[in-house]
Amino acid sequence: MAGGPLRRAPGPLERKANLDVTSLIIITRARTTTRTTTTTKQGRAVACKARTQSATVRALLAATLTRSAAPRDRSIPWHHARSLDWCRPSAACFASSAAAVDAPAKPVSTTEYETVIGVETHVQLDTNTKAFCSCKNEYGAKPNVNVCPVCLGHPGMLPTLNERVVELAVRTGMALNCEVHQESKFDRKQYFYGDLPKGYQISQNDRPICTDGFVDAPTFVVGTKCDAFPTTRVRINRLHIEEDTAKLTHEGQDSLAGGEGGGGATLADYNRAGVPLVEIVTEPDMRTGEEAAAYAQELRRIVRFLGVSSGNMQEGSLRCDVNVSVRRKGAQELGTKVEVKNLNSFSAVRSAVDFEFRRQTSLLEAGRGSEIKQETRLWDEQRMETKSMRSKEEAADYRYFREPDLPFLALRPGFADQVNAEMPKLPREARDDLLGLGLSVADASILSDDLGLFEYYTECVSSGAEPKQACNWLVGDISALLKEMKRDLDTCAMRPQQLAEMCQLIDGGTISGKIAKGLLPELLEKGGSPKELVESKGLVQISDEGELDKIVAEIVESNPKQVEQYRGGKDKLFGFFVGQTMKATKGRANPKMVNDCLRRALDQ
Amino acid sequence: MVPVKKSIAAAGTGRYGIRPGFLFCRTTQRKHDGYATRTQAARDLEHALFGPVGTDGDGPAQVAARLVHEQGVSCEDIARAHLNRMEMLEPKLRSFLPNSVVQGRGTLADVVLEEARGHDRTLAKLVTAEERRRALPLAGVTLGVKDNICAAGFRATAGSLALSRYAPPRDATVVDNLRRAGCVVVGKTLCDEFGMGSTTESSASQLKDVVGGAATTRNPWDLSRVPGGSSGGSAAAVSSRQCALALGTDTGGSVRQPASFCGVVGLKPTYGRVSRFGLIAYASSLDVPGCFGSTAQDCARMLDVIAGPDPADSSSAALPHPPPLSEGGYERLCRQVSGEGGDAKPLLGLKVGLVRETLRRDGTVEEGVLGAVDAASEALRGLGCEVKEVSLPAFDLSLPAYYVTAVSEASSNLSRYDGLRYPAEVEAGEGGDEGFGGRSLMAQIASSRGSLLGDEPLRRILMGTYTLSEGYGDALYKRAQVARKRVQQEMLARMVAGGGECDVLLTPTAPTTAYACGDKELQDPLQMYLGDVMTVGVNLAGFPAVSVPAGMSLGLPVGVQVIGAPFEEGAILNVAHHLERSLGLNLLPPL
Repeated sequence: MAGGPLRRAPGPLERKANLDVTSLIIITRARTTTRTTTTTKQGRAVACKARTQSATVRALLAATLTRSAAPRDRSIPWHHARSLDWCRPSAACFASSAAAVDAPAKPVSTTEYETVIGVETHVQLDTNTKAFCSCKNEYGAKPNVNVCPVCLGHPGMLPTLNERVVELAVRTGMALNCEVHQESKFDRKQYFYGDLPKGYQISQNDRPICTDGFVDAPTFVVGTKCDAFPTTRVRINRLHIEEDTAKLTHEGQDSLAGGEGGGGATLADYNRAGVPLVEIVTEPDMRTGEEAAAYAQELRRIVRFLGVSSGNMQEGSLRCDVNVSVRRKGAQELGTKVEVKNLNSFSAVRSAVDFEFRRQTSLLEAGRGSEIKQETRLWDEQRMETKSMRSKEEAADYRYFREPDLPFLALRPGFADQVNAEMPKLPREARDDLLGLGLSVADASILSDDLGLFEYYTECVSSGAEPKQACNWLVGDISALLKEMKRDLDTCAMRPQQLAEMCQLIDGGTISGKIAKGLLPELLEKGGSPKELVESKGLVQISDEGELDKIVAEIVESNPKQVEQYRGGKDKLFGFFVGQTMKATKGRANPKMVNDCLRRALDQ
Repeated sequence: MVPVKKSIAAAGTGRYGIRPGFLFCRTTQRKHDGYATRTQAARDLEHALFGPVGTDGDGPAQVAARLVHEQGVSCEDIARAHLNRMEMLEPKLRSFLPNSVVQGRGTLADVVLEEARGHDRTLAKLVTAEERRRALPLAGVTLGVKDNICAAGFRATAGSLALSRYAPPRDATVVDNLRRAGCVVVGKTLCDEFGMGSTTESSASQLKDVVGGAATTRNPWDLSRVPGGSSGGSAAAVSSRQCALALGTDTGGSVRQPASFCGVVGLKPTYGRVSRFGLIAYASSLDVPGCFGSTAQDCARMLDVIAGPDPADSSSAALPHPPPLSEGGYERLCRQVSGEGGDAKPLLGLKVGLVRETLRRDGTVEEGVLGAVDAASEALRGLGCEVKEVSLPAFDLSLPAYYVTAVSEASSNLSRYDGLRYPAEVEAGEGGDEGFGGRSLMAQIASSRGSLLGDEPLRRILMGTYTLSEGYGDALYKRAQVARKRVQQEMLARMVAGGGECDVLLTPTAPTTAYACGDKELQDPLQMYLGDVMTVGVNLAGFPAVSVPAGMSLGLPVGVQVIGAPFEEGAILNVAHHLERSLGLNLLPPL
């Protein structure tokens, strides 16, 4: 990974979030392996391999009636008024590819070419239950336990829309500055694959719930000096609601990809089938991999701040596909578009775009531009390259048509306003708040990157901590310690009020920063009031001049040799006396007063 | 109603209690000995249940419920009588799916009698007839359920090999409602595969020959003819009194056409009036569960139980509310008499529109059918109606618009039968036991679908895939939706509700009477589709309609279709009720 314009030294907390590429691969692999074994052991997964098929499928179908006791989201009441209104002509139609954009060409590394990038993101919504049935929506459950006849697509079963899904979609749409449509409709997107229980996915095609928004993604680079966050604007074409598919785990060769003689079985986990998603599609407004990654990162921040999704890329809660094309700078027409899938980190987004830029430009340079095909390519994290998955000719015709099992979705009057009124703080507002507290852009950038950290910090400051000091503790020592302890801010015992108390103890001169640092491991581990801890351990700083003078006098007396040398002009020994004093007081001496006392004692 | 002799009541009851199984204790021991060995009480009960509709117009469902509510006859005895009748008639008629009980649940008799005994236990706690009526309004009423509707305990094959062993996890909402009202499900009635057909000859269960019996479902009026379709089994079963009521589904006429062919009343409610939850979808925007009964009143009582919104079906209508049961529900609306006309002219002032386009005297509609429509119009005039011709120019758009819509939705609804999920009786493809035999998933799915789905579903899937595909969708599917809207608007414009002049519209139900079995002409799908010309427009519009017997042509019953404005089931049942009483047809097939 070459240092691009967006690159900056990650803070300790961030390092936790953005693992580097190699460790990521290993983790992903480890997870796949464990999942596969457990799946086999459970014997409840659907193996698409026919040998094990009948028994497991039957077991699965028999197990369908287990209902979770999870809190249910409310389903949308049926609308009588629309029951005779099936064939309303659809008004808005969206062109599949947007027109060329007149955005100024951004600096790209070397040549006279530029990349044009659009991003499609699937975000899993954090609801209690699935989008169209009352099964639990949870990640990491045993395979095929959160299933029912509806999400398994049994004959005769009908979907009912989860109202919470609409609320979260509208909330996201509003945060992305979209137009929220009072009326939208559901369609069926049809294709055959082992991960689709019904043979179609319920989605929204020509009348999505939200359209025409924008995101200002921050493109701050550590080391640059600025008073405000630099941003790049990415327009949002649309946001629509759809359901997730089952999760397939391929053992050995990929028998589902249509290859000859598939060696391994493919296991299907239908827990994910029917989990609500929003798909967010941008206009082709980005010009570099860094910008695409910056957009994706900001989107993740937004969904996390909104509480609509965990935004966890490794767990697949947030999945990005990028559309990349290359053209000569200044050209109005777009080049041939390639869609890249399987990007499960922000660095993968960046690297994949960079790779495609190099691949496509070199083809164009060599006069082989016609070899750039409209196709879907997969990102190979190990080889750091993309490879062709399927071409346009093989691409599915999704045969969209209106989902007849769901009426038009009409929002209650005032629904959108209500959602707007309950809108949580957005990352943009968080950044403004932090700058308002007098923090630097660099600090604000780190603190606003993670919702947990930001909330912790704000609470700490509102409990009386000095903003800069609290910031330093959080992004410095606390993050480092937590990482060492393999804990995070949410699970550690020290609450923001306690950190504030600690800051106040330092400010008030009760303890030194050094002592505070020494107390941190215990505070993080066990919690409790720092003040009480300081008192119980007798760590209150010695700020009594008389007492310090006495200690200093003893030290001067017991080190006559050094006193002589110091007085003879060896100034460096002053530090030795400070050290001796601190040792004698077990570090409790007020450092400033120690200096004064020592000078008085030695310079007399 | 045929008077029930005292002996039944005496034999069947203690003071209030019910002694289950008493009436038929001897007949069940020696089932095949026939009537000779039965008690007088049993014979009287059979006469009451299986006889013709009496002059007072009470149908078998009403008779059965009354016997239970008022005379203390047990549901179990009634169910047993129907089981005996099924056993006697099934070899000739084949209305029901054989071996329909889910494996491990016992025999059909076990399941049916247990359900009946359950109702009897509920009734035993109740003292007065009124209490029993309120608790279980359809107590003792035997119910046939079309095989594409889920009923727990029974397979739901929808007539397809793809679902030949499918045991539904729960009842469809309609079945659940009827069971709670006291109905006893006596079996799954045969239908064309996924409801796609007009003859009930394409049910997969008919592929295997049954020794010594009919290979396909037969029309009780003429065993060489079909009962119509796709709900042919339900129509045949109700017509032959194998069960008192039956559920069907109507996508393009699948309730009304067989009702016409078999001489029973078939009601297709407004789309959204009755929940589709548990109905195996063919064309979701057209499918409606429907009622079969021997009389309009029986249908009305059934509709009272199944009508209304269902939280599990988002396309069900919350409003307008069905007529409240406390005020008599649809049943009262059905019997309603116009104030001024009195009993002599119970429909005085009602405006009936005869749809001109359905009465072309150019050979497309059989003479006997036109005769029945004439007879019905005459009878309606006699009842006080104003009958006049109206025109529906968009009528001719109905058939193509219907088929494009239906096949498009079918291609989507049937995608889930990929051979991976629902275990089939016949292993899919070659070497089914050896994995995919080196084939890819797609090849496997293609092969399963080819062997599991019948010709008609495959044909419709192919057509539907074409009508929805990119580049054709606009020209076909979207245009069909425009035509659909036009049919709907035009039909509404003729109705008072839409500013027009008619309260109801009248058409033939089908252009012909029942087809002969294996009719060569119907091998041509287009010929078969033409038979739906009278009924599909109603489904496109979503309006309610009822087919009611209006006459006989060459020994076969002929029905007429009464179409109402949306949610006006009460009005069309009212017309049907008075029409059937005025015509006084004694429709008991000569079995």
